[in-house]
Amino acid sequence: MSKIRIVHYINQFFAQIGGEEMAHVPPEYRDGAVGPGLALGSAFGDKADIVGTVICGDSYFNENMEDAKKKLIGFIRKAKPDLFIAGPAFNAGRYGVACGAICEAVREELKIPVLTGMYEENPGADMFRQKVYIIATRNSAVGMRDAVKKMSALALKLANQEPIGASSEEGYIPQGIRVNLFEEDRGSKRAVDMLMKKLKGKPFTTEYPMPIFDRVDPQPAVKDITKAKIALVTSGGIVPLGNPDHIESSSATKYGRYDLDGVNYLSKDAYATAHGGYDPSYANADADRVLAVDVMREFEKDGKIGSLYRYFFSTVGNGTAVKNAKAFAEEFSKELIEENVQAVILTST
Amino acid sequence: MVKEIERAGIPVVHVCTVTPISQTVGANRIVPAVAIPHPLGNPALPLEEEKAVRRKIMNTALTALATEIDGQTVFEVE
Repeated sequence: MSKIRIVHYINQFFAQIGGEEMAHVPPEYRDGAVGPGLALGSAFGDKADIVGTVICGDSYFNENMEDAKKKLIGFIRKAKPDLFIAGPAFNAGRYGVACGAICEAVREELKIPVLTGMYEENPGADMFRQKVYIIATRNSAVGMRDAVKKMSALALKLANQEPIGASSEEGYIPQGIRVNLFEEDRGSKRAVDMLMKKLKGKPFTTEYPMPIFDRVDPQPAVKDITKAKIALVTSGGIVPLGNPDHIESSSATKYGRYDLDGVNYLSKDAYATAHGGYDPSYANADADRVLAVDVMREFEKDGKIGSLYRYFFSTVGNGTAVKNAKAFAEEFSKELIEENVQAVILTST
Repeated sequence: MVKEIERAGIPVVHVCTVTPISQTVGANRIVPAVAIPHPLGNPALPLEEEKAVRRKIMNTALTALATEIDGQTVFEVE
């Protein structure tokens, strides 16, 4: 049997083009395997070949999604792959979205099996888990070896059109599709075993996980915005110069609360970003591009809003655990309620 | 954070560039921004024009806050 032809998608970082300063690079094609593709290639041995690699900057992809998909599909089509693999993206948000989106597009257009990998909290996971196979990985490239092992195994099965097992066996993020299988023990025994484990406080695995729908109903509109006290919040990492609270550039464990009394705009001599997940040069030159204090002051003066709340809240939304982000907002929202803040404008990068 | 603020009882508008992420995560009022590294500005423009862009987006954010909605809504910047 001839070798399976694979085309692989990676971002500018894994292609070693550069970090955030190069996230704007448009799609390109290279022959053969690049970066993590080399590891995937050796895991395939003589069964499959990575014949080509498509590369795109994370910001380029997310800001020009239709155009990026079109160009990438053009490159991929020419390479005549039997299978398409993207990533793994770990916990890189824009990369994860790109991996999911390009996989979906390739399957639609080229009718070939597709596969990607990422961390379960990656926003791309929720967006694409029901549409494509996503191997669950760790949250950083430390998990590359394990990801490559699981991805190469599932890739071969997909390419050879072998039956795909349940998510727990193959290591992909559950798609909400049930796979029939015969258990050795009957249901009553399994239920009692599970109950016994639970009573003893031991770990057990449910056979029917409840879906989690975390949705919040919209609050009613602000009645009179011209009288409202409005607060600014950002996940774009805007902080006073020097980052006094030492908010981490990724995987933040804290947020800051900063006084805007007497501040009419965010000068580059006083504010910068602590965010390590986007090119900081624009925000450092003028942080109003992320946290619009200048325009809010204008609105205040012109009577378009009641007032700007005296403090703003900021953290770095870069691979930050959902649990942490939730806790930050729970905490500062108490202050906002106590201080009668009627609305919040939250900007993300 | 958007959801927790809303859950606490405060209407909130999420201004961001990749609106599909915001929708997946569950923001209700969403306003699209310019670009990932400069959501509320465009460094290619002269300062005054850039400020006009920012003003427009923030105006749309105010409109979003003042608008009753039934579910997730993206408010396009005019």
